[in-house]
Amino acid sequence: MRRLIAFAPLIIAVVFGGFFFWGLNPDRDPNEIPSVLISQPAPEFSLEKVEGLDTPGFSRADFGDLDRPVIVNVFASWCVPCRAEHTVLTKFVEQDGARLFGINYKDKPKDAVKWLEELGNPYERIGSDIDGRAGIEWGISGVPETFIVREDGTVLYRYVGPVVGEEPEKRFRLALIEAGAIQVGE
Amino acid sequence: MRYILILIFTIIPLMATAVEPDEVLADPVLEARARVISKELRCVVCKNQDIDSSNAGVARDLRLLVRERLVEGDTDEEVIAYIVARYGDYVLLKPPFKPSTYILWFMPPILVLLAIGFGTMIILQARNKTVNRSLSNSDEEEVVRILSTIQNGDEK
Repeated sequence: MRRLIAFAPLIIAVVFGGFFFWGLNPDRDPNEIPSVLISQPAPEFSLEKVEGLDTPGFSRADFGDLDRPVIVNVFASWCVPCRAEHTVLTKFVEQDGARLFGINYKDKPKDAVKWLEELGNPYERIGSDIDGRAGIEWGISGVPETFIVREDGTVLYRYVGPVVGEEPEKRFRLALIEAGAIQVGE
Repeated sequence: MRYILILIFTIIPLMATAVEPDEVLADPVLEARARVISKELRCVVCKNQDIDSSNAGVARDLRLLVRERLVEGDTDEEVIAYIVARYGDYVLLKPPFKPSTYILWFMPPILVLLAIGFGTMIILQARNKTVNRSLSNSDEEEVVRILSTIQNGDEK
């Protein structure tokens, strides 16, 4: 018993030290919100196309027509990081052959059309979510958010915030490869 | 007069909430229920704020959604379940009681019991420690020897 007590400071130091060591991990994001959607079927939603755009609308049933997993990107013209992310997503589509669907979150159709005319439109389908209700169904907390969804409608991956920068892009590409949304070495 | 002003300005901040007039339901009973539910739901943008006091866009959407469900006749539990289904247990400011959170709920009382247990054990041990007042045979002989050498020394 006496010996045990003598070890108490060491045990306490190890416990606290371990906790601090865990907290030092740069990959740990304390702001991360666990998503309930991962490995779950995507929520029911049905969105009209953005007015003034030729791109068709987007609903839950559209996943059925796919041949491989698809990127679902929630974006808005008023969202500044989305602008930077747009380049990255375009690269995934044009260079890697990924398929990209979009949810235009709480955006005026006019602004969205102008935004896409300026930056280009890599989206195969875009649903206009003016009141943000589909956003709630997807459990998003803000824009941009990006999901990878399998052709049977199962959500495989979720990325909160813009996929911009070396590390996020690398992680997202890895997720795309794992999901089979893009081919390796293409 | 001065005290009345002080009182008024003390109370005003307490009445400030993020609920905008156009969100408030006509039925005061439903509105009261909506306010209670909103206070239990976490704003997913501001993390440690409830949606009742948050100005974030998503918080407003969720407030509207809560009211919409109530008007449609959902019970409080159904409304909360509806939001949890989309945002997970994370949106609950009070963690639910279920197997995956048992460690969270039971750990504090267990730690308190452990602390009390160890404490009493140590105190009791210290109390029961009996001091050995009688000397053993070899000690007696030693004392006699020392005493005799001192006496002998005195005589010299």
